[in-house]
Amino acid sequence: MNLITEPISVSHYLAVGALLFVTGVVCMATKRNAIGVLMGVELVLNGANLNFVAFGSELLRATNLGLDGQLMAMFVIVLAAAEAAVALAIALNFYNNHSTIDVDRADDLRG
Amino acid sequence: MADFFNNQIQGTLDWLGFSLSPAWYDWIGPLTAALIACALLLNVVAVGALAFIWLERKVSGRIQDRLGPTRVGGKFGWLQTLADGMKLITKEDLTPAAADHFLFKLAPYVSFAASFSGYLALPFAVGWVGQELNISVFFIIAIVGLEVFGVILAGYASGSKWSLFGGMREAAQVVSYEVPMGLCVLVPVVICGTMNLTAIGEMQRGLFTNWLVFHDPFSFCVFWVYFTCATASVNRAPFDLAEAESELVAGFHTEYSGLRWSFFFMAEYGSMFLVSALAAILFFGGWNGPIPVFGPEALNWVYSQSDLVTGAFRITGYIANLAGCTNLILKACVGVTVMMWVRWTLPRLRIDQVMATCLKYCVPLGAVCFVGVVVWQLADLPSPNDLAPPVHRGAVRENWVLKAATPPGLVPPKVDAPDAAPKAEVTQASVLSGRDL
Amino acid sequence: MILQAAINWQSFYFLLFAFVACGFALAVVFSNNIVHMAFFLTLSLGAIAGLFFLAGAEFVGAMQFMIYVGGTLVLLIFGVMLTAQSKFVSMKTAAGEWVLGAILGGALFVLLIRAGFAVPEWNTPRSDAASLVAADAQHATAIGGAVTGYRVDRLSEENPVLRNGMSGYLLPFEIVSIHLLVVLIGASYLARTKKRVKVAV
Repeated sequence: MNLITEPISVSHYLAVGALLFVTGVVCMATKRNAIGVLMGVELVLNGANLNFVAFGSELLRATNLGLDGQLMAMFVIVLAAAEAAVALAIALNFYNNHSTIDVDRADDLRG
Repeated sequence: MADFFNNQIQGTLDWLGFSLSPAWYDWIGPLTAALIACALLLNVVAVGALAFIWLERKVSGRIQDRLGPTRVGGKFGWLQTLADGMKLITKEDLTPAAADHFLFKLAPYVSFAASFSGYLALPFAVGWVGQELNISVFFIIAIVGLEVFGVILAGYASGSKWSLFGGMREAAQVVSYEVPMGLCVLVPVVICGTMNLTAIGEMQRGLFTNWLVFHDPFSFCVFWVYFTCATASVNRAPFDLAEAESELVAGFHTEYSGLRWSFFFMAEYGSMFLVSALAAILFFGGWNGPIPVFGPEALNWVYSQSDLVTGAFRITGYIANLAGCTNLILKACVGVTVMMWVRWTLPRLRIDQVMATCLKYCVPLGAVCFVGVVVWQLADLPSPNDLAPPVHRGAVRENWVLKAATPPGLVPPKVDAPDAAPKAEVTQASVLSGRDL
Repeated sequence: MILQAAINWQSFYFLLFAFVACGFALAVVFSNNIVHMAFFLTLSLGAIAGLFFLAGAEFVGAMQFMIYVGGTLVLLIFGVMLTAQSKFVSMKTAAGEWVLGAILGGALFVLLIRAGFAVPEWNTPRSDAASLVAADAQHATAIGGAVTGYRVDRLSEENPVLRNGMSGYLLPFEIVSIHLLVVLIGASYLARTKKRVKVAV
């Protein structure tokens, strides 16, 4: 492939971001451990961050989002940290009450 | 440096009579330059660890009223660390049966990699830096917070409850102490208006009264809080319950022996040196130190920032940088020695005392000092820093600003000499507005 | 290895970091051991930070290290340790769910890749990347400047020399700070140790 000699464009970053996003979605869909699902969420958010940074990068495109791209990435990072804290608190409560971290066992509300 | 190597290769090929398109050997230059820089930094960590282990044994011996090593390599036991190293290499490499083998083997390398990566952004003199990052302070603080991973993994993967307790305690401690450390590190950033360590060091050029630790009483206090938090961050006594020898056998590295154990200790000594060097640059002038590296501008003795842009080489500048590098290493070693001194003097704190110190003492003190420094800047109160400044602080700019102000091919602007005009107010607003070229 | 053209170091490092990031992300999905998953996720996020540095966003890269890897992941690992009884460390997923996940993931991936390469402006890179002299770390300084207190009332500055480098990002930082404070107070309240009430017989 010519990738190693040609410069990198935004599309390459988008491809990596897409792979990370899809990996996160599959992780969310298939993991039984609640914390595994959380890890999928982190991967999804990172894929989106990569997209934002790629569109905001001056090195990749002449017209770009500039600092706004990086600022959105910063927002996402901080909010992901906050959301991980809350989700972990919920997961720990679930574990304390049901003695299991398996999400398949969270079926108390099943009709 | 990369261009230098490429030019040498081109020169050799021309002399030999071959004509080859540069594309064939273009990659050798950057690769060699990167490898040399990496080897130099690795030497700092490795030789530093060698020296500090010997120093620790000597210092601890003297404090405990005994001599320390005196047999290996002469009267002072200079080669004791070498003997220790050989012993460690020849030890049996044991992995407990209940251990998670993959993570167990990987944990020391993660710890060492985190400790070593911080040296990437640490400048040893003007222009002598692995990679000049504009956010180097932020980068180093972020990297120092990553070492906790190696410890957690080691604690979990050892498969023993003592290790797990040690690992968890250390993780809680390091993560908690990042908060006051960040607050303390922010004070020099506020005073200088930049996160670029080279620029912060350059702003302290000249007499020692320019050092940021003498800027106002609050920054003096902040240095001590920073040093406490840095000691806690690298898990040195009195904050070393993770390795608490008398309580948890050896904490998170109970099950480690031989070379794997020594990696943890190289990581620890590397981090000690890193945070001490960071304190030296942020508060004590870095490479502008006891050995004078400044002189009249007319003599053109030292490297100035414009030399960073043009990449000029002068033997006098090189010697001055060498002296500056020595200054920095000297100050960092003083910091490490003080950490060792404190270790063998003070008793160990319990985990609840460690957390109380962080949350009830360091954080409020750091916050109050931060507010104090900001008020001092805004009100433009007098400071020892204004006694003999060689350049106006706002005139020292980051590297990329000088590059932006230089159309290609022209000489970059020189840093302003002190003028006879009335002292300009070094307020926060003026420093920041000076950024707009 | 004989190359006809010079190695473009940016492409080389991009491919390196991209393979590490994607490889370890896939390892997160396919691994069954929760602690291994946490470790692979750490490496993946570290490689993504490397990609941020390559794209010129140094501040976001350092933030990724400090907040994501050094904060969120430590939180996750604490959660893993607290719930890692031996029977929960490795939980296998049923094969049917893997098939469903693969179909879903595959379809989404194909869609995203086609969309990513569909716009020609995104495909053509800057051919003069080497001529960017001053832009490298400029973004970090502007964001850092907004944190250390650019005055918002100077946003209407007309003088272009003084206007250069000024930015008004103080407000977003305030927003995320308050948000974090509120969320973390809530999270620590949620995760507190609850007193067990003795039930009278």
